[in-house]
Amino acid sequence: MSQVKSLENRVDEALGNEQLQTNFRSAMDYLIEKRSDQFPDKDDLNNLRNTSSSIRSNSLSKLPELLIMLEENLENNNIKVHWAETDIEANNTIYQILKEANAKKVVKGKSMVTEEIELNEFLDSKNIEILETDLGEFLVQLANEKPSHIVMPAIHKSRKEISKVFSEHFPEFPYTEDVDLITQQARKILRDRFREADAGISGVNFAVAETGSLCLVENEGNGRMCTTVPPLHIAVAGIEKVVENLSDVPPLLDILTKSATGQEITTYFNMISSPRKNDEKDGPMVMHVILLDNGRSKIYQNTEMQETLKCIRCGSCINHCPVYTQLGGHAYGTVYPGPIGITLEPQQKGISELGDLTSLCTMCGACAEVCPVQIPLPKLINRLRSETVEGDYMSQFIEGVGSQRKSIESIVWQIWKHIYSHPTLYSICSKTITKLSSFSPKKFGGWSNYRVMPKPSNTSLKELAKQAGFKNE
Amino acid sequence: MSNEVYFLGTCIVDLFYPNAGLAGMQILQREGIEVIYPSGQTCCGQPAFNSGYRKEALKVARAQMKCFPKNIPIIVPSGSCAGMIKFHWRDLFKGESDFEAAILVVERVFEFTEFLVDKLEIKLTDLGEPTQIAIHTSCSSRNEMKIEDKIQQLVSQLSEVEILEQERKSECCGFGGTFAVKQADISGSMVQDKTNTLLATNASCVISQECGCLMNIGGALEKQNAPMKSQHIAQFLWERTNESG
Repeated sequence: MSQVKSLENRVDEALGNEQLQTNFRSAMDYLIEKRSDQFPDKDDLNNLRNTSSSIRSNSLSKLPELLIMLEENLENNNIKVHWAETDIEANNTIYQILKEANAKKVVKGKSMVTEEIELNEFLDSKNIEILETDLGEFLVQLANEKPSHIVMPAIHKSRKEISKVFSEHFPEFPYTEDVDLITQQARKILRDRFREADAGISGVNFAVAETGSLCLVENEGNGRMCTTVPPLHIAVAGIEKVVENLSDVPPLLDILTKSATGQEITTYFNMISSPRKNDEKDGPMVMHVILLDNGRSKIYQNTEMQETLKCIRCGSCINHCPVYTQLGGHAYGTVYPGPIGITLEPQQKGISELGDLTSLCTMCGACAEVCPVQIPLPKLINRLRSETVEGDYMSQFIEGVGSQRKSIESIVWQIWKHIYSHPTLYSICSKTITKLSSFSPKKFGGWSNYRVMPKPSNTSLKELAKQAGFKNE
Repeated sequence: MSNEVYFLGTCIVDLFYPNAGLAGMQILQREGIEVIYPSGQTCCGQPAFNSGYRKEALKVARAQMKCFPKNIPIIVPSGSCAGMIKFHWRDLFKGESDFEAAILVVERVFEFTEFLVDKLEIKLTDLGEPTQIAIHTSCSSRNEMKIEDKIQQLVSQLSEVEILEQERKSECCGFGGTFAVKQADISGSMVQDKTNTLLATNASCVISQECGCLMNIGGALEKQNAPMKSQHIAQFLWERTNESG
């Protein structure tokens, strides 16, 4: 995505777009309510969160050995495994596979990891036609935009906007604002594309090490079409997607769908354990898996930040983030928006480029409360904030540590430290401020655009307590 | 239980809401507790900590430690300052030579409403006029301290006070410390949404256990000339239950 506009400009744009704000507010209200309906019992929810969190922690604690086990079992299942350290490597590998198969037309199921490596742009540049088949992604692709949410990519669009995009691209269908009708029309269009496709590309929700199986969660059946109709299937997975046992999947699936869309289970759940076998009538002839690092192993090495990798991409933190609700996804300018985005992206791309994202958080903690795998997101964001302005704690893991330190801000905190760590000095300042209360500033930055300035009291609590006869030590 | 406690007033209360702090101390005193207000206290370190300036936060946090030497509870009229000490001092002092000493402070911290309900099991008699209020539970009280129900439990003891529920009650008001200055426009949009839902209840006053939120919400209400007051829970309780009015 274009990074030309600064964060400030993107924020201004988002806040100035009333339609966008209305779209997000109503969508998030809806998702919050749907999730909450799925978890009527707090204890049950906490038990499931504990279980899911420990499954993910266990997977991470054994990550290197589980990846080797996964590779072995995938290969035993006739699924070819490729390792990619970077986005470029992943894209080149995918291109090579497609080229060797002489594949010109590709259909793709919804996958954030392929957004991360910007696969569509890459294949476009190689003159390979790649079509998004998830309805939301399809619309986003038609509109030449990027997803604004990791689960619901077109959630920034109102029904009217969706209808407009659709009718512009497919004038052969009568204009309608009925989403069900549009869905039916899209299904018709996509049906032929599945049939014609030379290859299908998908993401992976869970990769099971002990069986060499790839699990794919979806609602529209397009994922199943992409992974079964074309003769070639390429799956792309971040290396953190691995879980040890098949028995790890049910609790994770359960909490994933409930947290993400408030569904008890999705319409489709695919478990893919091999290409077509001799006695089988469908399925791809050939299967490949790309296991992508793209900065993950560096995050893994830092024990505090490692928890970032527990994420199962449900988007619940995003749905509950009050800042995301105001801005929507595009203002972040990243693949992953919201709390998980501002935690993950600066670690992947460095603090010099994305450190300012950590300012998009009030530390309210709503995200950590709903995270199905209990990632302490505010704590991680706070740690990253400190890495943007000070310290060398993480310099071996992240590029740009300390690079966002601004001299004015730094001086303010030095003065603050000096006053607040010296009680006598603080007393003098506090007395001065309370005495001069009526001269206190009426304006302060953006604060006073929306609120009056707080006026210091004429007497501090310390003085009041003394006057009222309270002991002072 | 010893009947002595320390009162950690917090920097915002000291300068901007001293009457709320005093009211809190007076309520404790009325319950037969001897309240000590250590004069050397300044700030828990939260503003710098949340802005990424941990070294500065550590220095200020450290200066508080010697103010609270006795092994008695430390009462804090703010969920976020109590939360800062209770949950983040461990991180802040990690690897420091005075880590153990810091933990001795950490383990004695109680938020004000938490202490009234859980430790004192306080009984309140309402002496005030009938009124309708809304409660804003701060995010740190709810998500970090897990004490959001305490303020409700206290207010529901007041016979003449009706609590009105605003929409999206648990959504952040947009304060977030320096967030309100650094991302002023996002914060402004958030507090606008918050005051809209509060005003829709027609309550005459919004109360909270957090002066940061009150500064934000109250400041926005005042800027809008809205017919709603804002008040800290300690002052609200004191005014309604104190016989000399």
